[in-house]
Amino acid sequence: MSENLRRVVKDGLWDQNVVLSQMLALCPAMAVTTSGTNGLGMGLATTAVLVAANMLVAMIRHTVSSQVRIPVFVVLIATLVTVVDMAMNAWLHDLYKVLGLFIALIVCNCAILGRAEAFAVKSSVLAAVVDGLAMGLGFTGALTAIGLIRELLGAGTLFAQASNLLGPSFAFLEMQIPDYGGALLMILPPGGFAVLGFLLAGKRTLERRLQARADKAAGRAVGVTA
Amino acid sequence: MNSATRTVKPLVDKVASPHAHGGNTVTRTMFRVQLALLPATACGFWLFGWQAFFLWLLTILSCLGFEALALKMMGRGRIRRSLGDGSALLTGWLLAMSLPPWAPWWVAVVGGFIAIIAGKQVFGGVGQNVFNPAMVARVALLVSFPLPLTQWVTPLPLMTLPAPGFVDSLHVFLTSLPPPDAMASASLLGFSKTELARGIDLLHALGGAPAPLVSWLGARPGSLGESASLLILVGGVYLLGKGIITWHTPLAVLLGLALPAAIGHAVDPARYLSVSAHLLSGAAMLGAFFIATDYVTSPNTGAGQVLFGVGVGLLTWVIRSYGGYPEGMAFAVLLMNALTPVIDRFIKPRILGRDRRGRPLTIPESTA
Repeated sequence: MSENLRRVVKDGLWDQNVVLSQMLALCPAMAVTTSGTNGLGMGLATTAVLVAANMLVAMIRHTVSSQVRIPVFVVLIATLVTVVDMAMNAWLHDLYKVLGLFIALIVCNCAILGRAEAFAVKSSVLAAVVDGLAMGLGFTGALTAIGLIRELLGAGTLFAQASNLLGPSFAFLEMQIPDYGGALLMILPPGGFAVLGFLLAGKRTLERRLQARADKAAGRAVGVTA
Repeated sequence: MNSATRTVKPLVDKVASPHAHGGNTVTRTMFRVQLALLPATACGFWLFGWQAFFLWLLTILSCLGFEALALKMMGRGRIRRSLGDGSALLTGWLLAMSLPPWAPWWVAVVGGFIAIIAGKQVFGGVGQNVFNPAMVARVALLVSFPLPLTQWVTPLPLMTLPAPGFVDSLHVFLTSLPPPDAMASASLLGFSKTELARGIDLLHALGGAPAPLVSWLGARPGSLGESASLLILVGGVYLLGKGIITWHTPLAVLLGLALPAAIGHAVDPARYLSVSAHLLSGAAMLGAFFIATDYVTSPNTGAGQVLFGVGVGLLTWVIRSYGGYPEGMAFAVLLMNALTPVIDRFIKPRILGRDRRGRPLTIPESTA
């Protein structure tokens, strides 16, 4: 894997994480993350759309003039979302009932049009697909993390109803803390905002510490050579 | 230099104002507020026993602990000095005053976390918070754990026979047992809301209440800050006398609550509680004198404080009368906290040397 692609992957998963760094797509990140399973399902559905949209946009970027690119992208994305929506309705019906409207709303998820505009329209097909996958998985990771924390604090369970999404063989993921009443607030919208806020603060603190450590190491190395 | 534009030679060059200090400190103000809370708190301990004392103590310890933790994690020095200013202690104290006296221990710990970390330190610590930390915690606890936060007990004064002793109280506190059925009760606001909800009007409901619901002396179910409403009033008057709070906010809160209550009760006594029930129940007194008057989260000007106070009182009455929750003081305070920046934007204090529109005042001709 070339250096560029490695950079793309790292950006998508961590450095430019859709939710935790770009602060995009906060509507689904707040609305559906009442459990880890919902977050995972929403994230994977968005990833599928994101990869396909990035690929198609990169393929047609030379034929579509820049004046009409936005309507074309929107039509592409809307088509892909409809496909995912119908597919989930057919094969993951229980999860579809939970996520419901939010699957259709992927069409106006700013992250997807954002990646098409910011990356895919300027990149090769391979790089666009890798970017879509990395961004999508970063999004999935953030949504699953928010969902798991809210679910754990709010209901005392982890991956409740995971078998709806992943099939009966993944029922072992479902855990529950015995005798825990749950803090209802975490399931409600304020809990989502609070968890996101603490995650953002945590990520920034972590990055600052890592940077400080890297600076220190670099300084020492310079000191040794000088 | 003519007399109309005299300038005064500065006493000390190149030192920013203020040049004189009244000697007052955050610590002293906090201490006086705590002193004002003391009578009502002591009365609450006597009414509700050791249980209430443990809850009070643990809430305060939890607030202090989380304050120290947050300061340490953020790398702020002077942890001991910041803790010593008494603001975290006061937050914990006010939170404990608003909780049911027999709430289990983890309510105190979680409440301390929410108040200090989520309500205060994430905004930047003392003086920076948008919302009143104690009320943030109160509301978050009420929404999160409805059951333990609405279990009230009948007061059994300490040293009387049926009151549980020290060891028994500690046992109940630490094992989070619900209060025994013989002691479980409802506060006036909760009781009237339930009775109304099941179609019994207040004229009949209050006649057959299980315990004396309105008592001027405070021997009735409720939180520490609710039962001894009159002692809270005494503390509030002390704060007024010491000049720590001004009359604007408390009077406006009480009027904003009393006026609609009086009108409602006069129109339909079967549907609306009386003025005295409203003023002596829930957090009315505590909120008016101790919570709505918080310097940080209320407007700066007298007129702004009157507006703020009327809003708190009115919203409290509306929530109590029409809302889903029996008590609305905490919600009302938080809503008005959110409006405080707007109030401060439109009602500004006059700048010294300028009129209300910001134009410089004309200096009268000197006779000298």
